[in-house]
Amino acid sequence: MCLAVPARVIEKDGDRAVADAMGNRWNIRITLTPDIEVGDVVLIHAGYAITKVDEEEAKKTWELFEEIAHFEAERLKAKQQEGDRDA
Amino acid sequence: MEKQKKIMLAHGGGGRLMGDLIQRTIVPKFGDGQSVQLTDSATVDVPAGKLSFTTDSFVVKPLFFNGGDIGKLAVCGTVNDLAVAGAKPLALSLSLILEEGLDMDILEKVLQSIGDTAKAANVNIITGDTKVVEKGSADEIFVNTAGVGMLMGNADPSFARIKPGDVILVNGTLGDHGMTIMSQREGLKFDTPLKSDCVCLHELTEMLYNDCGNAVKFMRDPTRGGLAATLNEVAQSAGVNVELDETALPIDKTVQTAADMLGFDLLNIANEGKVLAVVDAEVVDRVIDLWKSHPLGEKAAVIGTIAEADGSPLVELVTKIGGRRIVQTPYGRELPRIC
Amino acid sequence: MKPSGLRPSNRKATEMLERIEQARKSIHSACEKVGRQIQVMEVCGTHTVSIFRHGIRTLLPENLKMLSGPGCPVCVTDQGYIDVVMDLARRDDTIIATYGDMIRVPGKGDSLESLHRDNIKVVLSTDNGLALAKKHPDKTVVFVAVGFETTTPASAVAVADAAREGVGNFCILSGHKLVVPAMKALLGSKNDKIDAFLCPGHVSVILGSDAYRSVVDEFNRPCVVAGFEGVQILEGLAKICEQIADGRAEIDSVYGAAVTPQGNRTAWKIITDMFEPCDGPWRGLGVIPGATMRLKNQYKQFDALHRFGIEEVPSEEPAGCQCGQILCGLMDPPQCGLFGKKCTPDTPVGPCMVSTEGACSAWYKYGR
Repeated sequence: MCLAVPARVIEKDGDRAVADAMGNRWNIRITLTPDIEVGDVVLIHAGYAITKVDEEEAKKTWELFEEIAHFEAERLKAKQQEGDRDA
Repeated sequence: MEKQKKIMLAHGGGGRLMGDLIQRTIVPKFGDGQSVQLTDSATVDVPAGKLSFTTDSFVVKPLFFNGGDIGKLAVCGTVNDLAVAGAKPLALSLSLILEEGLDMDILEKVLQSIGDTAKAANVNIITGDTKVVEKGSADEIFVNTAGVGMLMGNADPSFARIKPGDVILVNGTLGDHGMTIMSQREGLKFDTPLKSDCVCLHELTEMLYNDCGNAVKFMRDPTRGGLAATLNEVAQSAGVNVELDETALPIDKTVQTAADMLGFDLLNIANEGKVLAVVDAEVVDRVIDLWKSHPLGEKAAVIGTIAEADGSPLVELVTKIGGRRIVQTPYGRELPRIC
Repeated sequence: MKPSGLRPSNRKATEMLERIEQARKSIHSACEKVGRQIQVMEVCGTHTVSIFRHGIRTLLPENLKMLSGPGCPVCVTDQGYIDVVMDLARRDDTIIATYGDMIRVPGKGDSLESLHRDNIKVVLSTDNGLALAKKHPDKTVVFVAVGFETTTPASAVAVADAAREGVGNFCILSGHKLVVPAMKALLGSKNDKIDAFLCPGHVSVILGSDAYRSVVDEFNRPCVVAGFEGVQILEGLAKICEQIADGRAEIDSVYGAAVTPQGNRTAWKIITDMFEPCDGPWRGLGVIPGATMRLKNQYKQFDALHRFGIEEVPSEEPAGCQCGQILCGLMDPPQCGLFGKKCTPDTPVGPCMVSTEGACSAWYKYGR
């Protein structure tokens, strides 16, 4: 009925955001999930985040999830370090 | 004569403008220009043996994509068609159909890519043709290449030699090209590090034939329709079952994630740098060693086996969770879906 | 015998295989205990595809049968609605923005694909549809708004955006549907063949698992929410079979990563701000009261029916097509006289063959 895939929010601007899954980046709307922060993992359906994902739960049953979460966490860390240096 | 910035109908009119285009723009891209014969047909020195002959047309959109472009694709596509047939590529022809108004810069970039790719593959482009059609009658640029090659030794890849017990291998990850093109299509675009696998495969096929000879039963580059289309053709034409192991399929996680987002099955997605080989079980380890020693075969894997068909031949996949399902030939255009 | 596919490569894979094995054992022992034939309906079309893709049927005991329910928007969208889309697509003053899913669905004759018109655009999001309207102020963009509770909020947001930003040349043709009334309609009138529901993962993200309370209470059927990974589906089925074996009917969920009991209230509020339920035709199920969503009166300028003066969407069924029976779990696709003959994925008659997740297409494609 509805395909939705997990991705991590890496940028946020109002109700728009950029979400990243293994390096693929999509411009999404977070209108339906106003409490989302950068760093959260969301489920994306048709260009909209429909919920925040509980990462601990997800790791248990999602085949790719652990890898995605790890990959993205590393990427985010690198980005923050970059930001720290710039600042 | 001053060089034009855009392609005009006169560039294909057989007059001075066309001569100028060929002499100044096209020929210099192909090495020293010595190999290109400006007669209506070229001659090739052929050693004794069997000749392999193929042709392919290329209409990809966008023209330039991460990992390649229509020019590279046009050379690799034809070289690969010769290579998987067990032939050593000798020479190519190149036909261009250009849309009136095409930027000369674009044409030059495509030609440069054709020249570079052919040179790297050590195959000469020896004859060609150029036509220009009215604006709207073509989409920027269409390329056709034909190629001839010499069949290597006693190479005899054919469906008829595929037998139960044979093993199926592939030299690397699946669906990279198709997903890259998809990611750059109008309306689907997303930022991604995806890169097309577009590459000439003749070194991989030659090393197999040189080493394993006729233990190589069959080879094919699974382009349009992906692995699913190629394996179904194997099953139907050889009258055997194909059994695939899902856990063994080499798949890049970034490609997988992109496919999941759009609702695609990677088995149906095109490759441009992959060769599928069916070989005698005795040489499997040797093939893996050979391929893994080559940069284009680092992720080579055994992905399945050939089995006796009990009933009509089919391709079956043993899934990651241990279930079984049939893999059918895809029906054509893949559409992104949300449901 | 252990299938050759099971080759644990690391700790994680081993753990996953143990869970799969555990779920499989639970299913088998519960089904053995029950003895009789059990029929579980997966409501969601994406579950249908996942079940085929993972080869799950081959792992189930013989007396457990999966029915493919009405959870695919392409499947349940009435032909009359498609014909309206075709009529709008044939106009020179419109642009049709649609999810890829709807491109090949045939109306009386043509599909959007076979019309070969360049005013038909595949989009990935309602946002893209609204952007088209801004880019082409001389055309009216009609968004083909199909889908269930997961997809409806995106349409609602687009209409709210259009209203706020004054994008007057954007409208939607709402074919949005509600899942729970349909589940109840299936149990109420058509048949008693459904023992339990495997509930849709992503609809439940919006609705919350508590939304199935009335199905459990009024009809005494287990409702278990699951995600789309093979292991999640098997674990969901295990919960269902255990309930049936124990004579229980409860709400349960194995998709805690994304589904809460209350659902996404923000999304639900946006839906109910913009839309209201009405009676509408579902393909094969007829008119289900209160299970179709239309824009509220104050947003009627964004309603394509209002915009183009279309009074009524005629309800029509293709002749000989058994999609209705198949959706209700009363028939398997091969039992339909058209299946695999006149009706194939290349020449689909009914919408169950058109959608890749339609029961017929999945059956044809993955060989049951």
